[in-house]
Amino acid sequence: MTTITATKAPAPAHRAAGGNALTGTGTLVRFNLRRDRIRIPAWLAGITLVQVGGAASYPGLYPTEADRLQQATIVGDNPAMKAMTGPGHGIENYTYGAMMTNEYLGFMVIFVALMSVFMVVRHTRTEEETGRAELLRASVIGRRAHLTAALATAALTNLALGLLIAAGMGGLGIESVDWPGSFVFGAAFAVVGLVFAGIAAVTAQFTEYGRAASGMAGALIGVAYLVRAIGDVGDNALSWLSPIGWAQASAPYVDDNWWPIGLALVVTAALVTAAFALSGRRDFGAGLRAARTSAPAASASLGTPQGFAWRLQRSGVIWWGVAMFLFGLSYGSAVEVIEDYAGNTAIRELTESIGGATLTESWLSMVISLLAIICTIFATIAALRPRREETSGRAETVLATALSRTRWVATHVVIAMAGGLGMLLVAGIGLGLGAAAGSGDAGFFWEVLGAALAYAPALWVTAALAVAAFGIVPRATGLAWALVGYAIFVVYLGGLLDLPGWMLDLSPYTHIPRMPADEFTAIPLVILTVIAAGLVAIGLLGFRRRDLEAT
Amino acid sequence: MATAVSVSGLVKRYGRTVALDGLDLRVEAGEVHGFLGPNGAGKTTTIRILLGLLRADRGQVSLLGGDPWSDAVDLHRRLAYVPGDVNLWPNLTGGEAIDLLARLRGGLDKRRRAELLERFDLDPTKKGRAYSKGNRQKVALIAALASDVELLLLDEPTAGLDPLMEVVFQDYIKHAKAAGKTVLLSSHILAQVEKLCDKISIIRLGKVVQSGTLVELRHLTRTTIEANTTQAVTGLDGLPGVHDVEAEDHRVRFAVDGEHLDGAVRALSQFGIRSLTSQPPTLEELMLRHYGDDLRGDDLRSDDLRGDEVRADGGAGVH
Repeated sequence: MTTITATKAPAPAHRAAGGNALTGTGTLVRFNLRRDRIRIPAWLAGITLVQVGGAASYPGLYPTEADRLQQATIVGDNPAMKAMTGPGHGIENYTYGAMMTNEYLGFMVIFVALMSVFMVVRHTRTEEETGRAELLRASVIGRRAHLTAALATAALTNLALGLLIAAGMGGLGIESVDWPGSFVFGAAFAVVGLVFAGIAAVTAQFTEYGRAASGMAGALIGVAYLVRAIGDVGDNALSWLSPIGWAQASAPYVDDNWWPIGLALVVTAALVTAAFALSGRRDFGAGLRAARTSAPAASASLGTPQGFAWRLQRSGVIWWGVAMFLFGLSYGSAVEVIEDYAGNTAIRELTESIGGATLTESWLSMVISLLAIICTIFATIAALRPRREETSGRAETVLATALSRTRWVATHVVIAMAGGLGMLLVAGIGLGLGAAAGSGDAGFFWEVLGAALAYAPALWVTAALAVAAFGIVPRATGLAWALVGYAIFVVYLGGLLDLPGWMLDLSPYTHIPRMPADEFTAIPLVILTVIAAGLVAIGLLGFRRRDLEAT
Repeated sequence: MATAVSVSGLVKRYGRTVALDGLDLRVEAGEVHGFLGPNGAGKTTTIRILLGLLRADRGQVSLLGGDPWSDAVDLHRRLAYVPGDVNLWPNLTGGEAIDLLARLRGGLDKRRRAELLERFDLDPTKKGRAYSKGNRQKVALIAALASDVELLLLDEPTAGLDPLMEVVFQDYIKHAKAAGKTVLLSSHILAQVEKLCDKISIIRLGKVVQSGTLVELRHLTRTTIEANTTQAVTGLDGLPGVHDVEAEDHRVRFAVDGEHLDGAVRALSQFGIRSLTSQPPTLEELMLRHYGDDLRGDDLRSDDLRGDEVRADGGAGVH
């Protein structure tokens, strides 16, 4: 052996080269933490406050065992609630701990996943795309250091989050929210974050663009939530395909299962391995697909302002449209299972006494409000496109031509508003088709479609707020996202927590008649549309008066 | 002759930072006007105000007889702009971006577009993301040069172009001038400005510190004279406007201010001139005189800084 090593002199050098691939990782981790010194604490504080604050309010909301039992019937036996929350662990003995597992865990981990996806993509693909990584890679930084450092940053953040959640929950001292369960609860948060950090590490290898990478990984968060919803409603193994399903299967405070946590860690390891393998197969800055050449001249439609805006947003519209249709279709086809629930007279009587609608109708109303908010995410992204063009410096070139500022913004507003309506349409068609097929009642199709389109005014108000913010306070375009987040909060938790009426009223979605469960009323829709138009006008006027922000 | 750009007392602040501090600028129609200054002097801010992208805090601005803020759209039909840092849409090809920009401006000459693509050696089928900096710059240049406009606003338009392309660019600017177009060319490539520009304005800390033709500006600075004489030269030091005299046997070298050149050469001729070379001041020296002012007070580091600046400018000129 010794002779072989001695004769193969280059061997140590080769080994050193392999080891060098990680050189500088520690520096990069510190650098990432420095860059995220506001973001990370903000995410951690936000998630922990909502979770621990929510848990703290439960003893007040459901003081007696009878209250909790009634809640157990509403959450555990109603398919609409099951799709929103989870499979109903511990529903037979519905303690505060079981309530946390059932009503908070599956929802909160979505934000943990989003945090991790944004973080990993920001520190990998976005760095490459902007050319900043090139500057660093030219220094003494190993080939794998960026990816490793991004994952390490995400791992540290999720670990900190898990500990914060565990400490916060355990520290509340609520009966049945015990310390062992709190550690499982915190771990469930952390591993969902880790799995999605791994997924983002993989998607970041496929595409050249940071936004596309986070878009793909973000779509997978949606799929994970959808898959477990359908699995939970149908009470089948489908939930096991979803990382969110694994978090719920750990059933903190009920069974305290550690092995689904272990499963998530194994999958994370596999994803990370895949990401490193893929990154080794591509060039720096490139995606896995080779760049293609395309049209040497612009088509006739690209030369018009509206055609130009459409071209920039086209692929987004198409992908969102396909996704919304599939979302609608999957939720719609679950109607078949709902009808089974309806066979149970006790539940039917309960739900019908609450809303005066059938179980299927209240399920569809709930799904439609959820889909409408997801459609709004599209509309808000589309409405904020001018801001992206502005900060990237591309708007400057365009606005130096004979295209007026108002017209330029208006073309994107058209895409956001008409596109948002289109999203509601395809989501409604998908849901309607699914519901009609699942129930065998074709009448559902038109009912569902109308109900979905009725959400357009709420969507317009939210997207219009983005336009107004862009025109007046461009740095505060996050306001529009705050409204989207608030609307999600109200739709999801409004039914669970007894929120005061004015808090519900702040969300435009509260004012939309929840058809098919409720009756149609036109006045709120008209008022919301007028508000939306006013906000757009404010945005357009504001943008005419302000400086263009340049890079 | 009409005035294409007329700016007086222009002030622009960003919070506490004063970007433009009473800037005056006049560009006559049909002239190629060089706009020189170091990074951060306010060149880009001025051009963005001329484009109506930024609103001036104070001062009068007139562009092609209109107001750049309120008449932006109509004025933009008559001008083309090339930014110093071109960002393209990642999903649009270079050819599409050229057509788009030109059409939004009001159309382009197809023959000219094809000719420009060939001369600038640009592949129009690549997507925005795949272009290097120089090629992105070419996209914006071609879109601007292919449009039939009265005024070209060019903000360091050749940053990233190779020397061959620089020559092509200079050709087209000369054509534009011959066709009666007005060009405002912001640059810190001095050789480029010297070759192309009729008039030059030097901007520093948000103010124009010098403006005039190259000849006029040269009067403001020193010519370097080197001579071989039959007798050893003495007494030059005492003459007005003569500086940095280095005399060694029969060779002498000195710098003389423009207005004292005549006196200095007369004095020199008494010693019997065998050969004489005179070097007109380069723009580098012009610039150094304006930007070097600050540095003189700074005893310890002045030499270092000066050296840096020479290198930085020289470097920019080579690229």
